[in-house]
Amino acid sequence: MSDQLTAPRSRWFIEAADDELTIFERSREGRRAFTAPRLDVPERPLDELIPAELRRPEVARLPEVSEPEIVRHYTRLSKRNFDLDTGFYPLGSCTMKHNPKLHERIAGLPGNADLHPLQAVEDAQGALELMWRLQHSLGEIAGLPHVSLQPSAGSHGELTGVLITRAYHEANGDRRTKVLTPDTAHGTNPATVTMAGYELVKIGTDAHGNVDIDDLRRHVDTDVACLMLTNPSTLGLFERHIEEIAKVVHDVGATLYYDGANLNAIMGICRPGDMGFDIVHFNLHKSFTQPHGGGGPGAGPIAVAEHMEPFLPRPQVVRREDGSFDLDHDRPRSIGRMRGFQGNYGVFVRSYAYIRSLGAAGLREASEVAVLNANYLLARLRREGVLEYLPAAYDRICMHEFVLSGAVMKRELGIRTLDLAKRLLDHGVHPPTVYFPLIVDEALMVEPTETETRETLDHFAAVVAEILREAATDPEIARTAPHTAPVRRLDEAGAARHPVVRQPL
Amino acid sequence: MSRYTAVTDADLGEMLATIGVGSVDELFADVPAGLRVEGTLALDDGLSEQEVYGELAALAQRNLSTDEQITFLGAGMYDSYVPALVDSITARAEFLTPYTPYQPEVSQGGLQAMFEYQTAICELTGLPVANASVYEGPSAVAAAGYLAKLHNGRSRFLVSAGVHPHAVQSLATLAHGWGMTVEVVDLRDGVTSVEALRQAGLDEDVSAVIVGQPNFLGAVERLAPIVDVAHRSGALVVCAADPVSLGLLQAPGAQGVDVVVGEGQTLGNHLNFGGPSFGFFAVTEELIRRLPGRLVGQTRDAEGKRGYVLTLQTREQHIRREKATSNICTAQALNALAGVIYLSWLGRQGLVELAELLAQRTAYARERLVAIPGVTPVHQQPVVREFAIRIDGDMDAVLARCRAAGINPGYRYAEDCLLVAITEKRTRAQIDLLADTIAEALA
Ligand SMILES: Cc1ncc(COP(=O)(O)O)c(C=O)c1O
Repeated sequence: MSDQLTAPRSRWFIEAADDELTIFERSREGRRAFTAPRLDVPERPLDELIPAELRRPEVARLPEVSEPEIVRHYTRLSKRNFDLDTGFYPLGSCTMKHNPKLHERIAGLPGNADLHPLQAVEDAQGALELMWRLQHSLGEIAGLPHVSLQPSAGSHGELTGVLITRAYHEANGDRRTKVLTPDTAHGTNPATVTMAGYELVKIGTDAHGNVDIDDLRRHVDTDVACLMLTNPSTLGLFERHIEEIAKVVHDVGATLYYDGANLNAIMGICRPGDMGFDIVHFNLHKSFTQPHGGGGPGAGPIAVAEHMEPFLPRPQVVRREDGSFDLDHDRPRSIGRMRGFQGNYGVFVRSYAYIRSLGAAGLREASEVAVLNANYLLARLRREGVLEYLPAAYDRICMHEFVLSGAVMKRELGIRTLDLAKRLLDHGVHPPTVYFPLIVDEALMVEPTETETRETLDHFAAVVAEILREAATDPEIARTAPHTAPVRRLDEAGAARHPVVRQPL
Repeated sequence: MSRYTAVTDADLGEMLATIGVGSVDELFADVPAGLRVEGTLALDDGLSEQEVYGELAALAQRNLSTDEQITFLGAGMYDSYVPALVDSITARAEFLTPYTPYQPEVSQGGLQAMFEYQTAICELTGLPVANASVYEGPSAVAAAGYLAKLHNGRSRFLVSAGVHPHAVQSLATLAHGWGMTVEVVDLRDGVTSVEALRQAGLDEDVSAVIVGQPNFLGAVERLAPIVDVAHRSGALVVCAADPVSLGLLQAPGAQGVDVVVGEGQTLGNHLNFGGPSFGFFAVTEELIRRLPGRLVGQTRDAEGKRGYVLTLQTREQHIRREKATSNICTAQALNALAGVIYLSWLGRQGLVELAELLAQRTAYARERLVAIPGVTPVHQQPVVREFAIRIDGDMDAVLARCRAAGINPGYRYAEDCLLVAITEKRTRAQIDLLADTIAEALA
C-alpha cells in the first residue's frame, strides 16, 4: 500500500513519530511547579498535630515537573484529540452541536465559578434565581411543570426518575417489580432498571421501527412499574403510536418515562408531557450545549407531572412569596438526595444562557434545522449511491438522526462499519456512533445537528461515497485505517486481557 | 436563522428539494396533529450575545463569591486556589469539546490524561485501580454501596456518622431500591469507634462499613482497627477521603480499605456552587471487575506503538446492559483532567507542603478559636484542614458580627456548632480576624 493510497493526510494532529511520554515519565527528582504560600503561623512539630502512626510513611509519588513542562505536556496531549471546534462530529445520540464561547465566559464569572455551595441563600440569590428560571424553562419545554436540576447526567436522571416512580407506587401501597424498555434502548436504561431494584423486561420493535404494541400489550400488567422510552427513538424515528402506548401503560397504573437524549428533534414542536410522559430527563450536555469535556461534566435534570412532584429530590429551588429564592429541604415524601449540594450549577449557567439566547422561536428553529439537516444528509447519501451499500435501517423520514446498516457493505465490499468509521478519521471527520442500536446489524447512527452548514453535510456524503469507492478496489485500506491518526488501530482485546490501568512507578 | 444555525433561504429551498418535500413541516408528518405545540412555547424571546451576557452577569453579581468574603466554609468543598494553568489547559477546545473517547485513535490525548489521572489517584489512595471519574463525592459513596451490594449481596450498610451527610442521604436514596438498610453509627469523641460498630451489630449481614477520612467533623480516623473488625465479618470497607489530606495521612488502601472514594473539587476545580467537580473511585485488584464507569488501559497499536483505550468495558452499561456494574455513562472527565493537572502542579513535594501548611494553619486556628470563652472544641482528635467548634452563646450574634466584618465563619452543621475549614488562601491575619470577631460577639 503506497502512501498515496492512504492519503489524505489529516491536518488535525501534530506529527507524533514516537509515543508521548507520560507526565510521570517526565518526572525528575527535585523539579517543581508549586510554590507554597508562606507559613505565617508558628510552626509546630508535625508529630504534635498528627501522630506519626496516622501519617504516610512515604510521600505519594506524584510527578516532579516544572510549570512549562506541564503546560507543554498537556498541550501536546490536547493535539492528539479530535474535537468539535475542529471538525464535523456526527456522533448519533450525542447531539454534538456547537458549544457557544459566551457560555464559558459567563460560567467563569467569580459570582458563578467561585460561589460556595453552602453560601447562605441570601448571598446566592442570583444563582438560585438562575436555577429557578432554568427549572421553569425546562418544564415548559418538556410540558411537565415540576423540575429538579439535581441529577448529574442522563443516566443519573434516569435513576432519579425510576426511583421517583418507585416512591409513587409505594405511596399508593403498590409494590411493582418490573420495568419495560424497548430492545432499541440505550444501555443506561436497562442498567438503571436494575440499579433501581427492578427486573427488566424487553419489548420488541415492529417492522416500521416503532415499539411493537402487541408485544407491549403482552407484557403489560399491574406488576409493571414503568415503561422507559425515548421519542424519537434511538432509530431516529418518531414513535407514531405514542398516544396509544401511553394509554396502554397508564391503563395498568404504570408510569411512562422519557429518556431525553433525543430531545433535540422536538424542542418547541411537541412536548413529552403532552404525549403522556410522566417523567422526563434532559441531557444538558446534548440538547443544551454544555461542552462534553471528553466524557463530562453534564447534567441530567428531570421534569415530572403533578402527581410525581412530592417525590422529587431534596432540596428543591423555590420562589418564596416575597419574590426571593430559597432551597426547600422540607419535602417529607421526597426520595431524598441523589448527590451533594445542588447539582452541576456550572452546567446550568451554560444551558440557561443558551435558552436565553435562542428563546422560544430559536429553540424551535434549532430542532427544525436539526431534522432538516439529518434528512438532507440522508438524501445526499442516497444521491451519492451510499445507501445501496448502507441502507437506512427503516426507510422513513427521520428526525434529528438516522441509522444505517452496514450489512450490505460488509457482504459486498468486504469492509465493516468499524472499518468505515476508522477510514473517516483519515478524512478529518469524526465517525458516527457505531454498533448501536443493537437491533440493527452493523449499525451506523448519524446525527449532524443543526449547527452544521450544508457544505459540511455535502462533504461528509462525498467522503463516505469515496470510501466506498475506494473499498471496491482496495478494501484493505479501510480495514487497516486509520493511517493518519496519532496511532494506528489499537489492540482493545489485549488491553482487556492484561489490564494495565496505571503507570508502574 | 439564529446565530448558531446556517440555513439561508437559498439553502432551505435546495435542501427541501433534495429531500423531496415541500416544507420543513412535512418532515414532522409522523408527529400526531394533536400533539403539536400551538404557537410557540411560553419562553422569553431570544437575545443578542451582548444582552445575554449582561443579564447573566447581573445575576452573577447577586452572588457573594469567595473573592468578596473571607470564607471558612468547607464541609465537602473548599475555597482552594486554582492555578492559572489548570483553567488555561482545560479551556482548550481539544479537551473541552470532544465526547467520551469512543474512537481511541483520535482521542489519545484525553485517554492518556485519564491514564495519568488514574495513576495519581492510585498513588493518593494506596489502591491499584482507579476509574476515570464518577459524578462527585456523595454519589460516589452511593456508587460504592452498589459495588458492595453486587459483591456480597448482603442487606445492611453500617455508615459512620462521620461520613458527609449528603453521602449518607445519597446512599439511603439508592439503598431503598435495593431493599437494603443504612444504619448510622454514632461517633465517640469525634471519631468512629470499633466498639460502637460492634454494638451496632457488625455481622454477616453487613455489606459494607463506610467511614470518612478525615471525617465530616474534620477528625482523622484510625482506619486499621475498623478494617480489621469489618473484614472479620466479611464486610467491605469503604472510605470517603479528602484527597489533599491524603498527602499527609496514611493511604487508606495501605490500611486494608477496599474502596476509596471522594470529592475531587479541591484538586484544581472551582466551587461552581457545588458542581461540576468530580468524584474519584479506587478499588482493590480483587474488585476491578465490579468497578463502575470508564477505565482507561494501556495497549499497543497495530505498529506496536503505545496507546490507550477504554478497557474492561464488559462491566459497563452499553455492553452488559441490565447486568452492568453501574448505569454511569457521562461522568466528569474534564474535571478529572483539572485534577491531574493540579496534582502535577503540586508535585511530590508540593502535595506534602500544601497538606502541612493546611495542618499548621488549621492547628493555629483551632487553638485561637477554642481559647475564646464560650467556644469549645467538639472533639480533641487530630485534624488536617477542618475542625468543629461549639458556641456556648448567641450563635446568631456570632454569625451577624462575622457577616458585618466580611467573614463567613464556617458551616453551621448543628444549631450551636460550626465546622471551620482552612485553605491555603486563609492567612494568619484572616484567622486572627475571625477569632477576634467571634470573641467580640461572645463578649
Ligand atoms: C439514548 C440515550 N439515553 C441515555 C444516555 C445516557 O446519558 P448520559 O451519558 O448523560 O448519562 C445516552 C447517552 O449517550 C443516550 O444516547
